[in-house]
Amino acid sequence: MGLLSSTVSITRYRVQGDLQKPVLETVANGLKKYTIAEIDDDAVEKSVGWTSFEKPYAPDFSGSSFVIGPYLIFSLRIDKKNISPKLVKKQYAIEANRRLTRTGRQFISGSEKKIIQEQVLNLLSLKIPATPNVYDLVWNLENRSLWYYTNLKTANEELESLFSTSFALSLIRMFPYTSAALTADLSDSQKDILERLAPVDFRT
Amino acid sequence: MLDVAVAYNRYRFLGNEFLTWLWFMIDTRQDQLREFVEGITALEIGNRIDLENRRDDKVERITIKGDDADLKEGYLALRKGALVTDLNLVFRSANFRWQFNIKGESLNISALKTPETAPPENEEDTEAVALEKISLHEQITKLLETAFRRFVHLRTTETWNGATVAQIHQWLSSP
Repeated sequence: MGLLSSTVSITRYRVQGDLQKPVLETVANGLKKYTIAEIDDDAVEKSVGWTSFEKPYAPDFSGSSFVIGPYLIFSLRIDKKNISPKLVKKQYAIEANRRLTRTGRQFISGSEKKIIQEQVLNLLSLKIPATPNVYDLVWNLENRSLWYYTNLKTANEELESLFSTSFALSLIRMFPYTSAALTADLSDSQKDILERLAPVDFRT
Repeated sequence: MLDVAVAYNRYRFLGNEFLTWLWFMIDTRQDQLREFVEGITALEIGNRIDLENRRDDKVERITIKGDDADLKEGYLALRKGALVTDLNLVFRSANFRWQFNIKGESLNISALKTPETAPPENEEDTEAVALEKISLHEQITKLLETAFRRFVHLRTTETWNGATVAQIHQWLSSP
């Protein structure tokens, strides 16, 4: 689900820390360094990285292509190969039988089973293309806010981790406590009350 | 500031109280909403309310769904001590309409439908449409931030215990 979709979900973040100057160059370097790596021809099951908002399957961060109006807009892409356990089981059985026939043995040792399992997974990883999931984000440098267009827990965790690695900045999710403590402009006495707050009883 | 993971769990009640207060404001204080939310014509309860009663070591969940659903069960649940955990809202500004869900514990926005925009016809168009979409989404993030800020300011002053809780009790007691 992306920024241009007719229905969207948004997780709101606050960006903590300062970017090294020149700011746009620092962002571009982070995006280029951690651009999504294609894994279709590799025996790798998952890849996570940045991609372009307008061309998610041909990432290009040259120039200031990620700057739109006052915002930085780009996307996080998570490519994952969904290898069915049933398929692994089938390929394992075929390979195990082939070995037993070839060697004339009755059993396969535990360590050999492990090796076959890994070979099967590697082979399937090479054959099965990765399924991409693209999540857009809108970063407002001026007010340090960032909108991430998904509420999925795993996608949020991947964003928080990659953002920190790429730009040396922290992302703080805006849930009730953080919204109150960081963006509600509370006085010191109100912050003290917030720290001690207990649920209210509306029962009549 | 507290550790973020600890704070999420410790303060999830605050988001649920916020949604409950918002329902009270929608029912009884539309004039005040118009004063503090920029560009608002009306804020209405949409087609879903989830409530949860965690009192007395038991958890009771109630969901009210459907357009023009009867909210009586919701009021009854509130009287018994439940709080709103998820709320579908309709925001109107002039002739335009937004509909979306807010989750109390995370303040996440989901299923946000904005007024329609024309689809981009070429690459240059995409940037213009993106900016238009952002501006439409901003209406809702601003509404959420403004209303939550208002609620938290009330919640952390004497006005809350002195007046607001009594007003909410009065709202729930009225037939």
